[in-house]
Amino acid sequence: MAAAVRRVLRASRAWSAAPRARAAPGAQTLRLIYTTTAVQKRNVAASGPEKYTEAFIKNQIEEFNLGKRHLANMMGEDPETFTQEDIDKAIAYLFPSGLFEKRARPIMKHPTEIFPKQKAIQWGEDHRPFHFLFYTGKQSFYSLMHEIYGKLLDIQKYEDHLRAQSLLAENRKLINLIGSRWLIKEELEEMLVEKLSDHDYSMCIQLLERLVTLPCCGIEEEYVLKFRRELSIQLKKMVIEPLQYDEQGVAFSTGEGKRKTSRATAVIYDNGSGKITVNGVDYLYYFPVMQDREQLMFPFQFLDRLGIHDMICTVSGGGRSSQAGAIRLASARALCSFITENEVEFMRQAGLLTADPRVRERKKPGQEGARRKFTWKKR
Amino acid sequence: SFSPLSVVPRFRCLGSLGKAAPSTSQLSSRLYGTLLAPEANQQLITEPLRHPDFFNVKELFSLKELFDARVHLGHKKGCRHGFMEPYIFGCRLDQDIIDLDQTMKHLQLALNFTAHVAYRKGIILFISRNRQFGHLVEVTARDCGEYAHTRYWQGGLLTNAHIQYGTGIRLPDLLIFISTLNNVFEPHVAIRDAAKMNIPTVGVVDTNCNPSIITYPIPGNDDSPLAVELYCRLFKMTITRAKNKRKQMEVLYGLQNKGGGDGNAGSHLSSVQV
Repeated sequence: MAAAVRRVLRASRAWSAAPRARAAPGAQTLRLIYTTTAVQKRNVAASGPEKYTEAFIKNQIEEFNLGKRHLANMMGEDPETFTQEDIDKAIAYLFPSGLFEKRARPIMKHPTEIFPKQKAIQWGEDHRPFHFLFYTGKQSFYSLMHEIYGKLLDIQKYEDHLRAQSLLAENRKLINLIGSRWLIKEELEEMLVEKLSDHDYSMCIQLLERLVTLPCCGIEEEYVLKFRRELSIQLKKMVIEPLQYDEQGVAFSTGEGKRKTSRATAVIYDNGSGKITVNGVDYLYYFPVMQDREQLMFPFQFLDRLGIHDMICTVSGGGRSSQAGAIRLASARALCSFITENEVEFMRQAGLLTADPRVRERKKPGQEGARRKFTWKKR
Repeated sequence: SFSPLSVVPRFRCLGSLGKAAPSTSQLSSRLYGTLLAPEANQQLITEPLRHPDFFNVKELFSLKELFDARVHLGHKKGCRHGFMEPYIFGCRLDQDIIDLDQTMKHLQLALNFTAHVAYRKGIILFISRNRQFGHLVEVTARDCGEYAHTRYWQGGLLTNAHIQYGTGIRLPDLLIFISTLNNVFEPHVAIRDAAKMNIPTVGVVDTNCNPSIITYPIPGNDDSPLAVELYCRLFKMTITRAKNKRKQMEVLYGLQNKGGGDGNAGSHLSSVQV
């Protein structure tokens, strides 16, 4: 397959000790050996990810700063106060890209964000590694475990000290963990600049959990909190709008609702007689079918307020049934302003305040519909 | 009673580059970072080799200390390894008792060798897969300024070093096993790997361990906390002592070099002996 290539190999005198011969200095003999071109091609993939030297990164940072100033001058802005957002806007203006994938568009960011963080050389001039756990392979991770375990032992010693003086019961110091979560594996990897396995990560979290169960763990509180992240997801509390009053002094409130592709807005007035107007037309004419009118009336019927309120609503999109569902949701949301908290809770439990998430499922290739397959023919 | 051969550290020939090769190819390439002239270097290196116990490791321990630390207690008769029989004094109520006289001898040899390696600025790696003492061993290694590995041993750490760590790595010059078995009571893989890579090993072998491949075995208990603390203390003291001695000798030879190399080297040394 590949052409045989004559290659001259420089071999040292001790040719019998094959692996050492390559590194031994002072070639003494020349030996003809025949190899193929496949052997000569270096396996680029196996050499691992590209290593960026410190000098290279520094160079890149200087170029970035220079480029930032040039860009600021080009855009007519002040180079001193040119922020990253301004850079992004300028680049989007100067290099308009129609590419769909946002990550494929031109960017200009600080080199530390572009080039992944890598470890510097781990040993000194005398080739002794700097870190005492270097030979484990995962030095940052294992030194973290070592540190956490050391702190655990310190806390236990402190507890024993207190217990000896029988002061343990009063001096309990626990860490408050409510509202925060442990770091996820990716965050820990980023912190340590090292790849972790799932097992390692779970071991680390278990050790931290064990540390937190000790009665006097408050001593190391700020250390443990480094591994916690605040839970930013708050429960979405439904905001109930207060009642508004129009020129006559009549109370009203608005609500929005949707179902499938229909969108509806409803305005409910107090001191009414149960009249419902949809898109300027009475509901009896807009919804000839009884089922749709029942859907409109359901929120009022549930709260026993059938003849009390007037409703004016607008709806667009969708079909007959989905428009009715959209108006129902809009009117239920609008009604929340008129009623007590308990009744809102009852409505919620009845399912009146939940938007129906069902939408039309797309048709798939190779099938006749979303689920229906083509008729199976035996032959 | 020690023959000179048993005391001379068995370092492999300097021409062998079975481990990652340093850039220089001279005979004195092992002396990384020394700033003295080659003649003083030679003196510095060969002087300790002329004495059977240059670092006086004998005074660091006594038979009573070993006994108090329960070093003589072995495992039950059923766990006994065949190769450990020469080191066992006897068996009482099914429990093996290790011969402490032999332990003293082996411990002295091992500590002496460790001290010589530390004197010549070798890299020492402490290994123990016993979870009870992992932290202690790591702390000992850090205090000496040496290295430790008390975690899961990945296959190619010594034998596949270029791929594991990158090129230009310098492998350890000595492995010290505080416990030669791993968590499944089998011989630690590092013993075999060190033998493959021509790295000498020092190891505490209990009655259920295989002492055959270990260069300097120390028959003794590896399960009691007192015993393990004793070993860690002894190794730490020898290594620090050897390193301090090295600094003293460098200063001495540095001064001598500056002074023009007078012939009173011997008398200086005899006064400096610890």
